Amino acid sequence: MHEAWWITIPKAFLVINVVMVFFAFTTWLERKLLGRMQLRFGPNRAGPKGLLVPIADLLKLIRKEAFAPSGAKQPLYIIAPVVSMATALWAFSVLPFGNGWTLWGHYISGSVVNVPISLILIFALGSLGIYGFIIGGWASDSKYSLLGSMRTCAQLVSYEVSLALSVLGVVIMGQSLNLQAIVDKQQHTVWFFIPQFVGLLVFMFGAIAETSRPPFDLPEADTELVAGYHTEYSGMRWGLFQAAEYVNMITLSGLMVTLFFGGYHFPWVHSLDAFGPIWFVLKLFTFISLFIWLRATQPRLRYDQLMRFGWKVLLPVATVNALVTAFLVVLVK
Amino acid sequence: MSFVVPNTLKGFGVTLKQVFKKPITQQYPEYKRPVYPRYRGRHQLKRHENGLEKCVGCSLCAAACPADCIRVVPAENTADNRVSAGERYARIYEINMSRCIFCGYCELACPFDAIVLGNDFEISEYNRDDLIYTKDILLAEPIKKVPVADRDLYDTPIPYYKDHS
Repeated sequence: MHEAWWITIPKAFLVINVVMVFFAFTTWLERKLLGRMQLRFGPNRAGPKGLLVPIADLLKLIRKEAFAPSGAKQPLYIIAPVVSMATALWAFSVLPFGNGWTLWGHYISGSVVNVPISLILIFALGSLGIYGFIIGGWASDSKYSLLGSMRTCAQLVSYEVSLALSVLGVVIMGQSLNLQAIVDKQQHTVWFFIPQFVGLLVFMFGAIAETSRPPFDLPEADTELVAGYHTEYSGMRWGLFQAAEYVNMITLSGLMVTLFFGGYHFPWVHSLDAFGPIWFVLKLFTFISLFIWLRATQPRLRYDQLMRFGWKVLLPVATVNALVTAFLVVLVK
Repeated sequence: MSFVVPNTLKGFGVTLKQVFKKPITQQYPEYKRPVYPRYRGRHQLKRHENGLEKCVGCSLCAAACPADCIRVVPAENTADNRVSAGERYARIYEINMSRCIFCGYCELACPFDAIVLGNDFEISEYNRDDLIYTKDILLAEPIKKVPVADRDLYDTPIPYYKDHS
């Protein structure tokens, strides 16, 4: 079944905007939850329950002066935040959020694009997004930004290895690189977080480090260092970096839901699959809340702890997990 | 390995428990926490019961002021223009609230208990010039905005003027 191009384009537009709204309200949710976990109210002034705070933030950031250091390498300095934001949004395009619907004789598929290697595409785009951080740090002509982007790269590159390896078990069990196929496979057998629990743990740590969220927020470490690669950015350019980080978090939570928790499927009841986006979003926000909870609880790691954890714990565990899964799948057959 | 799993997980319980408690933040403009009875806030100039000002323009408050923010210009009382109970009165009495440190030394220095620090603390302005309080501002009754805690809650001595004014 094929989708007409004039359905895909408005759907892509809709999905981008929905993701941006999710991003805005993730920041709200984060502040609210962090506040309540620290016996504060969190935002409660702008609008009911502070719900208009993201809008106020956006207005503030847009009106702020977009400052650039005089030594900044000009086109790159401006391109860098755009690169990270674009790749972050792009990666969301392959996540399946529904079964596909037929309305008035036209087929609407459950993701923006359905490519056969969507999982690889997400990791490729994640790696591309790192360029935004590297270029941004280098082009701002400041040693602190450069050091910050070095720190970011070191962390992101080392955790990406474990992240990709942790997914291997799911790929072997799902026997596909297509997310839609993996999701369907889970509904027909079992959600993969049960057989792939180790993979899920590794993926979760990798995802937190990859989105540089606390306790792995060494790239920013706002309480200890200057901001890192975005030290010299202000206004909406800084806002784009921040947005990229949150969209990455949404995408990786979505990927976690897709790979380990049955994606858009409702447990056991197949007839509810038509409401796929609702279940998908519910599961998504469960994991985002988990990330926020983690941020409120755990202190930041030291840099050597971070590196040791990534290379000496996560990587071997992910490798062994992939090998064992491969053996078991062959044995069971 | 630096991860101690049971303790790490215990922390999650601690943070989750807080979510169900009532936040301790006081919502300031809606709720004003009562100030301490001897709180030193915005100044007031006092009058006698017959309406005459207590201030005799002696400038002792200005001399005592460590921030040097009080300016007093005295003038003689005459028969047809009697302002204060003493021989002279303060023709000009200004306090620069942007410099005042609310130490209360003026209150201590005053021999007639004419200048007194009240309880009002919401004295910010948009304009620096508005922070120079003149005599009529200081003599006027302050707009009672600040709740004051019951003085019986505290066992500190009550200053003389608060019982006798």
